[in-house]
Amino acid sequence: MLTLKINGESRSLGDIDPDTPLLWALRDTLGLVGTKYGCGIAQCGSCTVHVDGKPSRACVMRVGQLQGREIITIEGLARDSDTLHPLQQAWIDQDVAQCGYCQAGQIMSAAALLNSKPDPTDQEIETAMSGNLCRCGTYPRIVKAIKNAAAGGA
Amino acid sequence: MDLDRRQFLLLTGFSGLAIGFPGLASGTEASIQVGQVAINHYVQIKTDGTIVIFAPNPEVGQGVRTSLPMIVAEELDADWDRVIVKSAAIDREKYGSQFAGGSTSVLRRWPELRKMGALARHMLLSAAAEQLKVPVTELTTARSRVLHAASGKTLSYADLAESAARQPLPDDSAMVFKQPGDYTLLGRRVANVDNRAIVTGAPLFGSDTRLPGMLYATYVKCPAIGGRPRSANLDEIKALPGVVDAFIIEGTNDIPLYDSVSDYVSSGVAIVARSNWQALKARQNLEVDWDLTTASRDNSADIRKQAARLAGQVGAKTLVEQGDVETAFAASDQVVESFYSTDFATHAPLEPQNCTAHFKDGAIEVWAPTQTPTATVAGLAKLLGLPGDKVTVHQIRGGGGFGRRLENDYARESALIAREVSAPVMLQWTREDDIAFDYFRPPGYNALKAALDDRGKLTAWQHHVIAVSDDGENANKSAGHRNSVFPRQRVEHFRLTSSLVPSQTPTGPMRAPVSNTYAFAEQSFIHELAVAAKRDHLEFLVEMLGKPEWLKPGSPRVIHTGRAINTIRQVAKNAGWGRNMPKGRALGLSFFFSHATPVAEIAEVSVDGDRKVTIHKVWVVADCGPVINLSGAEGQCQGSVIDGISTLARQSISIKAGRVEQSNFHQYPLLRIDQHPEIDVQFLRSDFAPTGMGEPALPPIAAAVCNAIYSATGHRIRHMPISSEGFSI
Ligand code: FES
Ligand code: FES
Repeated sequence: MLTLKINGESRSLGDIDPDTPLLWALRDTLGLVGTKYGCGIAQCGSCTVHVDGKPSRACVMRVGQLQGREIITIEGLARDSDTLHPLQQAWIDQDVAQCGYCQAGQIMSAAALLNSKPDPTDQEIETAMSGNLCRCGTYPRIVKAIKNAAAGGA
Repeated sequence: MDLDRRQFLLLTGFSGLAIGFPGLASGTEASIQVGQVAINHYVQIKTDGTIVIFAPNPEVGQGVRTSLPMIVAEELDADWDRVIVKSAAIDREKYGSQFAGGSTSVLRRWPELRKMGALARHMLLSAAAEQLKVPVTELTTARSRVLHAASGKTLSYADLAESAARQPLPDDSAMVFKQPGDYTLLGRRVANVDNRAIVTGAPLFGSDTRLPGMLYATYVKCPAIGGRPRSANLDEIKALPGVVDAFIIEGTNDIPLYDSVSDYVSSGVAIVARSNWQALKARQNLEVDWDLTTASRDNSADIRKQAARLAGQVGAKTLVEQGDVETAFAASDQVVESFYSTDFATHAPLEPQNCTAHFKDGAIEVWAPTQTPTATVAGLAKLLGLPGDKVTVHQIRGGGGFGRRLENDYARESALIAREVSAPVMLQWTREDDIAFDYFRPPGYNALKAALDDRGKLTAWQHHVIAVSDDGENANKSAGHRNSVFPRQRVEHFRLTSSLVPSQTPTGPMRAPVSNTYAFAEQSFIHELAVAAKRDHLEFLVEMLGKPEWLKPGSPRVIHTGRAINTIRQVAKNAGWGRNMPKGRALGLSFFFSHATPVAEIAEVSVDGDRKVTIHKVWVVADCGPVINLSGAEGQCQGSVIDGISTLARQSISIKAGRVEQSNFHQYPLLRIDQHPEIDVQFLRSDFAPTGMGEPALPPIAAAVCNAIYSATGHRIRHMPISSEGFSI
């Protein structure tokens, strides 16, 4: 029996293969489909979650190695299910998304950035976000949304 | 499209309340619950005041689930804050052919959607007039209410809905449409209706489909496209944890060329398991003996060499001959000749292909993130030998399209897999599958030759297009030439010829097909001509466009040179064309007309001694008529520019012995956030019919950047991607 701490709750993954990447455990075992599969080899950032507060690529983390770690997914980013995290609100205000597929991963990377640097420079934003691909090219609005959320949160 | 009266009665002829559409599935589609009234097949009004508007075409990130319902809402005078958008069922009778391609959604649906909104408003007004016993002419509407100014009375659409649904259909002549000046919604920045679901990670995309008891499948095809599995260690695979079944599928076509309504399926090995991971892990242990006799033998390097050789020869076929090209070349002051080429490229939408299918009791139900759901139905019916009414396709959001999801290969594969198992099954391609088994953007090979007279004016133009061809007779999908009147109608002596290079690699439309490679050639070449003529690029280009006129009045797909020139002059103004630049830094201009929309772009670029290119800023000016959704249209322009720079920078698919050499994003890089330029977008809001912005801003960008690189360095780039010439972005 494997149990992980996800979004503040203890979740049982049953007799899951400990080699299973966190990405597939979230999506197929727990039905948390907000974390996306884009490449499977830590190249696109679509599967970004927080592990002990650090942005991490769920596609290359094995569930067997995550026991006792604090995992946050896009579904658990806001304080409760009725509210939005300031970044989620900023994403709506700037109308960032096109297809939307990369955006959960983008927001998770941005949230980790703002946790460590509440008022990032453009340079810091681009460095922190450079592991998250957007095939639709929403980068100009991603930068704006992060700045707005940072300004609002300050 | 006229609303058929019989059908209309079917939709509305019941009591108004609690009516149902016979035979339609529930969920996001057009089912009606108690407490809502269908006014027509686009509009339902709920008793709580919310209005449901159906989006007919698939959403893949181009924004049509927002922009199309906005058109209905504008004419209806609906309170947009209380509109709920739902995707329409796939229903040819009601919605015609439902697809997302060619930036046609707005252009094609505009008359129909306006009419449906206006029709619903008309019926609500009639109901109000009846109820208030006043003439319709005394009534106005705003934000889902009818107002009678004289008495100060107002009625909500919700209160009127039941009686409105029973009103007779007005004659076309009685229909009233808004004037653009009266728009309260169109032209504004309206946020994507799916934003909240997107930012909270709610299930939305094809691959998010979860059904009770569902299974997950992976499908392994021969790395050399078109090879067949002779045998595989299926018994071993079936014994692995979580594996439910593993089997070989005999394909219907070895090398499936592009045909979205076909029954083409490539042979392969399916592994069905209880989770994606179990299927993928089993795949790591799969051993297949491939029969390569039917496989493609393509080598992209050879294809390129052959094309370059043909470029120096006379075209095999003459498609257009006008004036006397040879004499014009002989009599000219200068002849300029260039060969432009590109590599194969892959679509790489961020969501790899997937489809969920459930085969049960001789019928199939699929959840397909496709751009062509109407075609999906036809193809599956053919493949499975089922009548069309036994095939149900649910529209579901695709994580990026770019033309990849115009084909339905993944849906056909999922159907054949689902037929073998007794549960719903999701076929999930890996990223590696998605890159290896694409319908690739074909390489564009364009040999251009032109003559200038002693005043530096263009007198003759020759274009030899070399296309990849599977059968030696026709260009493969999207590999041919554009049927364009520019520059043909603007130069006295003109010749278009074509030659073919054999290639078996499947190709298909990618965002702005043909234009995406041809514009690079044409607009770079026009700059070459301006340089040879020692003239200002902008003035040369404007002179080529000639007198401002619509070259075929009334045909939106034919260039209007006046609108074209307006975009060019405006972009020049915005970018400060002609201003002084430090050494190694320059502006590059480009223009292209595609998808019924003229777009001019300027890139400000600097290049250092190591050929490192920095794109500082890009200015875009487009004339798409009245803008529907400013936020969406601007986003599409920015996205197109970034997409174009991505392809220009480093994207190249190479093929050896029929096998694609790139496997994932480390070998096929997308532009990253730290590489994107600032992008300024302006729309010239003209009075022409509105057009779609999903594609037309892409074609000009490559030449804008390359023309700037030339002006900054004196180096002319004639091959995409520029990494092949040692440049990096
Ligand atoms: S899916 Fe994990 S980084 Fe791409
Ligand atoms: S919005 Fe489509 S990949 Fe980012």
